[in-house]
Amino acid sequence: MNDEAPCLLDAVHIPIQDYADVAEAGRNALLFAEACGFSKVLAYYIATAVIELGNNIMAHADSDGSIVLTSQFEDTRIVIEIIAEDRGPGIFDVDLALTDGYTTNNGLGCGLPGVARLMDELHIETSDQGTRIRARKRR
Amino acid sequence: MRIPILRLGDILLTSIQVDLIDEDILQFQHDVLTMIKNRDAQGVVIDITSMEVVDSFMARVINDTANMARLLGAEVVVCGIQPSVALTLVEMGRGLIGVTSTFNLEQGLREIERRLAARLLRPVTDGDSNAT
Ligand SMILES: Nc1ncnc2c1ncn2[C@@H]1O[C@H](COP(=O)(O)OP(=O)(O)O)[C@@H](O)[C@H]1O
Ligand SMILES: [Mg+2]
Repeated sequence: MNDEAPCLLDAVHIPIQDYADVAEAGRNALLFAEACGFSKVLAYYIATAVIELGNNIMAHADSDGSIVLTSQFEDTRIVIEIIAEDRGPGIFDVDLALTDGYTTNNGLGCGLPGVARLMDELHIETSDQGTRIRARKRR
Repeated sequence: MRIPILRLGDILLTSIQVDLIDEDILQFQHDVLTMIKNRDAQGVVIDITSMEVVDSFMARVINDTANMARLLGAEVVVCGIQPSVALTLVEMGRGLIGVTSTFNLEQGLREIERRLAARLLRPVTDGDSNAT
């Protein structure tokens, strides 16, 4: 997490144990992004990405997880970073998971590709020990 | 929490809220379809004004409900998509909401009424009469 030594401005940590937590994470993300000066539309992008990642923890990880939101300073711009983490079985095939319409349990299969489009950066680390997804959006 | 369905003449008015669990949604789809099937309704307005954020799951619920209702011969309009939500859905994936949508409830009702009126002008070719 400190690979770029970000200048951390603020952080919110939300444990994800059920879908109510996911909804709560979405509401938090909306407020957080607007408080960081993001436009309403960008705040919705970020909140929707948070909800998709939270839904995936619930639907695919079969374990508790967490979502952490941080705001950082990067070359005079504010960046919001979402880190969604779980101890689930991992993503079987990351390239496939990023393909529109691919789903392993009858979902819509546009969650992860949607997050990729809504955010500026998406980094996925996954193994059979769990998944850690980092998504960033610049203001 | 069961999703309330109001009936205005032959139009069903439903408002989808946040924090629904799967059973609520299945119950909701069942209620809407039963009312259409029993000829209690010919039009459905799905109001999502009170949904702050619409994710791909909710988009699917809305689309599925609309498609099923249409298969049973009802007209469906979604209303209350906020501009930020609309932009997000477009950015996330084209066609996430494939149903006719209007900004507010009033326009939604007017759109359904317009379509139902247009139906009355069309000759009836199958057994699907427009008796209410
Ligand atoms: N946290 C996760 N743990 C394990 N697998 C995941 C996780 N997130 C996503 N996946 C895999 O990636 C696929 C695509 O995810 P997504 O695009 O959100 O579609 P959906 O959730 O509708 O299936 C999922 O079907 C699942 O196989
Ligand atoms: Mg998903």
